[in-house]
Amino acid sequence: MEDIVNITVVDRQGEEHTLEAPTDMNFNLMEICRASELPVEGTCGGMALCASCHVYIHSDHILSEPSDDEEDMLDQAFYVEDNSRLGCQIKISSAIDGLKVELAPVGE
Amino acid sequence: MIQTDILIIGAGPVGLFTVFEAGLLKLRCHLVDALPIAGGQLAEIYPKKPIYDIPGYPSVLAGELVDNLMEQIAPFNPGFTLGERAEEIKEVGEKMYQLTTNRGTVIQAPVIAIAAGLGCFEPRKPPIPGLDKFEDKGVDYMVKDPEKFRDKRLLIAGGGDSALDWTIELADIAQEVTLIHRRTSFRGALDSVDKVMELAKKNKVNLITEAQATGVSGNGVLKEVTIKTKSQGEFNKEVDNFIPLFGLTPKLGPIANWGLNIDKNAILVDTRDYSTNVPGIYAIGDINTYDGKLKLILCGFHEGTLMVQSAFKYIYPDAKLSFKYTTVAGVNGFEDQKLA
Repeated sequence: MEDIVNITVVDRQGEEHTLEAPTDMNFNLMEICRASELPVEGTCGGMALCASCHVYIHSDHILSEPSDDEEDMLDQAFYVEDNSRLGCQIKISSAIDGLKVELAPVGE
Repeated sequence: MIQTDILIIGAGPVGLFTVFEAGLLKLRCHLVDALPIAGGQLAEIYPKKPIYDIPGYPSVLAGELVDNLMEQIAPFNPGFTLGERAEEIKEVGEKMYQLTTNRGTVIQAPVIAIAAGLGCFEPRKPPIPGLDKFEDKGVDYMVKDPEKFRDKRLLIAGGGDSALDWTIELADIAQEVTLIHRRTSFRGALDSVDKVMELAKKNKVNLITEAQATGVSGNGVLKEVTIKTKSQGEFNKEVDNFIPLFGLTPKLGPIANWGLNIDKNAILVDTRDYSTNVPGIYAIGDINTYDGKLKLILCGFHEGTLMVQSAFKYIYPDAKLSFKYTTVAGVNGFEDQKLA
């Protein structure tokens, strides 16, 4: 189907999960992970205010630039790398079909 | 010692509105919150964000909602103990609990309503191995008294407003201030970014960007922090104090030790009245969980409203409670702040 994309999520134990996500429901990656019962808290509900959905991008998809809010939150997060993003700020769209991400370690 | 009818732990929106509903039943409330201001997450984390699902408000800023709630509950003269964490509760008589805060404030009430949201806000601690061993022995997660750092060699980590503001302030007090940040740009308020850049140019602050602290060492007290930078790799820096400033994160904290049934960091309640497994203790808002739970402010308002009805019957089992609409009875506040 056209309006479903596949996303690979590597969990913190290194196990790969292939998730199917609809593009027409305004979901973000954090919500898709939570719906699939992956250990992503999404404490703040998706406002880029908690970094509990911190992921590393492992595929070469071109994503929208992180907003100031997202950068600000990443400044307060730990284990941040160049390919760090917040899952809640990644919209599920056809542009990210085949995206591969890894869940970042959970800090305190 | 403070005495009240309902001791509310957490001065977020749900705790605040519960004061109103309790007041309609002539029950007095006292609120305790670890944050120095009322409003919980709304005040601390997102005061400038609009909320769109408060009934009757197409849009309201989180901070504005807190202000409105404070105005709404003012007639009921609630007491506040702010900046103190609810630490320990014990039973001190029939239907009487006593709560002690981390600063030793003692409050007694027959009913406790836990409206603690995600828990109490505590500094976010970087995952550096062994960091906890140096807490208060060179590692500080907040600056309470700048004088403590006079003539010391400081390493501040972080890129937000508090890291920038303290860098500026401590530059005049400390012997040496080094600021490390993971990026080259800062998100803090523009003028504080400019000031830090200026201080760095004048060599009054040692600014290291694209860097993070990865290790700490010392013999009982902190001696060195390992810094990893993109350009220079890892090196050790001798410091007297390391101050990581990475904002606040909520922690369930002492509530976990109060004998309540807890599931995934939330308190299990009976949805008839949001009572917990312990008589006289209720849990409302984001801190509770039940089948079908939604973490919404408006749901917390509902929970607090039903909860105070149950609390009234618990405190006064023989009294008759007749429900009155505010449109009929108005809002009759308490004239003084006399404690119940």
